[in-house]
Amino acid sequence: MYVAVKGGEAAIANAHKMLADRRRGDRSLPAITVEQLVEQLGLAVDRVMAEASLYAPALAALAVKQARGDMIEAIFLLRAYRTTLPRFGASRPLETGEMVAERRVSATYKDLPGGQVLGPTFDYTHRLLDPELAADAPVDPAPAREHEGEPLTRVSDILAHEDLIERAFTGDPDQMPEEPSGDLTREPMEFPMPRDLRLQALARGDEGFLLALGYSTQRGYGRTHPFAGEIRIGEVEVEMDVPELGFAVALGRIRVTECQMVNQFAGSAKLAPQFTRGYGLVFGQSERKAMAMALVDRSLRAGELGEDRVAPAQDEEFVISHADNVQATGFVEHLKLPHYVDFQAELDLVRRLRAEFEAARAGKDDATAREAAE
Amino acid sequence: MSASTGMSQDLASYNFAYLDEQTKRMIRRAILKAIAIPGYQVPFASREMPMPYGWGTGGVQVTASIIGPDDTLKVIDQGADDTTNAVSIRAFFQKVANVAVTTRTRDASIIQTRHRIPEEKLTEGQVLVYQVPIPEPLRFLEPRETETRKMHALEEYGLMHVKLYEDIARHGHIATTYAYPVLVAGRYVMDPSPTPKFDNPKMDMSEALQLFGAGREKRIYAIPPHTKVVSLDFEDHPFEIQHFDEPCALCAAEGVYLDEVILDDRGGRMFVCSDTDHCEERRAAGHRGRLSAEEAYTGREDAIRETAR
Repeated sequence: MYVAVKGGEAAIANAHKMLADRRRGDRSLPAITVEQLVEQLGLAVDRVMAEASLYAPALAALAVKQARGDMIEAIFLLRAYRTTLPRFGASRPLETGEMVAERRVSATYKDLPGGQVLGPTFDYTHRLLDPELAADAPVDPAPAREHEGEPLTRVSDILAHEDLIERAFTGDPDQMPEEPSGDLTREPMEFPMPRDLRLQALARGDEGFLLALGYSTQRGYGRTHPFAGEIRIGEVEVEMDVPELGFAVALGRIRVTECQMVNQFAGSAKLAPQFTRGYGLVFGQSERKAMAMALVDRSLRAGELGEDRVAPAQDEEFVISHADNVQATGFVEHLKLPHYVDFQAELDLVRRLRAEFEAARAGKDDATAREAAE
Repeated sequence: MSASTGMSQDLASYNFAYLDEQTKRMIRRAILKAIAIPGYQVPFASREMPMPYGWGTGGVQVTASIIGPDDTLKVIDQGADDTTNAVSIRAFFQKVANVAVTTRTRDASIIQTRHRIPEEKLTEGQVLVYQVPIPEPLRFLEPRETETRKMHALEEYGLMHVKLYEDIARHGHIATTYAYPVLVAGRYVMDPSPTPKFDNPKMDMSEALQLFGAGREKRIYAIPPHTKVVSLDFEDHPFEIQHFDEPCALCAAEGVYLDEVILDDRGGRMFVCSDTDHCEERRAAGHRGRLSAEEAYTGREDAIRETAR
């Protein structure tokens, strides 16, 4: 007798118990606290916040812990929570020029007002494993910087004085994007997509995917001649207009990374030669993501700037449809769900085609044998 | 806020059937539009659900938007109520909506399905909710949404017919066995989701409302009751469904879709109903197949050897 497999419910419950056990690991070691993750694995927490589109360090850290360090799983957990939150309004645009920058570098100028500020960077570290870190050696406090806390002039503003770079919005003033900007997570996605939605999709897109696409533009697949005009990391104030009060109220401060790429543009019949921009803005500290985002943003503007669209990174539908790692992982991994009904249908077809193939070959063999006999 | 306190209360409070009422309203509007234009894919603002994309988030959102406290829900995957993902989705609705659930097709007011249509004829008042991975029937002929929407708008379906014709030229048959395209109400070519083509005729003039939800792709479409649904074919190569050479080994049903179950590593196999509820009901009514319980205990070895031959 064949007994149909029952008890899926018990199997699922047991699997989840096993997951909880493996997550906790060796019970003789102390459990990691959410606070420890926020403080000591801050960049992991930042990535989860960025790609989940939710600025909530403690919740993101909880997600990292719950996901056993699987970043995409953690992003997924935080997003599923984010969906259930009520929206009570949209903030005013962030004024990144007012940022209290912890880091600000520009590759286009040797020096500029406020100077180059390296900040907490891995750059110029020699990538040698540090045994002292394993032993929890005491760490000196960071030295204080001169003029700390003063806003730094943005490189794009310096260039804008001479009209050498496009304004933040170059088009017809009547076409100025509406505020608040669109929200992909609340509206159906349709192509072609306005730039605000595209930037949102990139900001929550997979870091690895954007990195690879950005890299591809540097290797010639839709080259954009970029310069890292400026990268800045620091805290900015989030403000919201409250109609009842008639003025903006500060909601708090968030840490963001902003990258402005300055790209060559020869000009067209309508536009004088001018530098163009690619823009990247990411929650937390993630230069890699912000830079990759800026490269891809600029590439996706090919149509708007009258450039030929020849490379994957310039193809809006391709890039935006595949940038979301929670969607991608869900669909790739759904292949492990049962598909035996469809497989049965394919089995049936392949068996039939094979039978017909064999019959045809046998017929041909017979014919050849007959010819040979004659 | 300390990380461990305060969080747990916030996380626990969900609305009936998980989605907030605004979201349900938005999805219901999309459903109404879909019913008004049979087979047309309506874009909707798909939400992120607490289960992965590709695992039924579209179907779950549709079900969550139409389900009420008086509904009785059945969830199947591959025709079976006990496959893990069906168990998981059913448990989700029990948890967030506390609705009655059933495995009996006849008793269900809403049936959420992946890859099958129940064997039993659905009746007026029932709703069949399909989980859809790729809603666009033209996707594998033209990957761009901007293009395929144009093709639908212009009723330009020649490409699909060329594809089916090429199958015939190459294989002598139309080589599409599941997700077989259909023409709905004489207007839109539609993907029936990856059900085997065996199930296609059940969609035609069905008394039940059929709703299709694609969460990742953010599309909803529908077949209202009593709507003509035609599987694409050619006059000289008419549409055909799969036929099985033997009846179900457990309930002896014929003319139903069967799963091939491997019994050993020597080629032994049996064919049983894919629709587990249908099979159980038939057995309860006294139907017996070759390998059903009573005969099996005595003749199992013989039966397996016979099947292997």
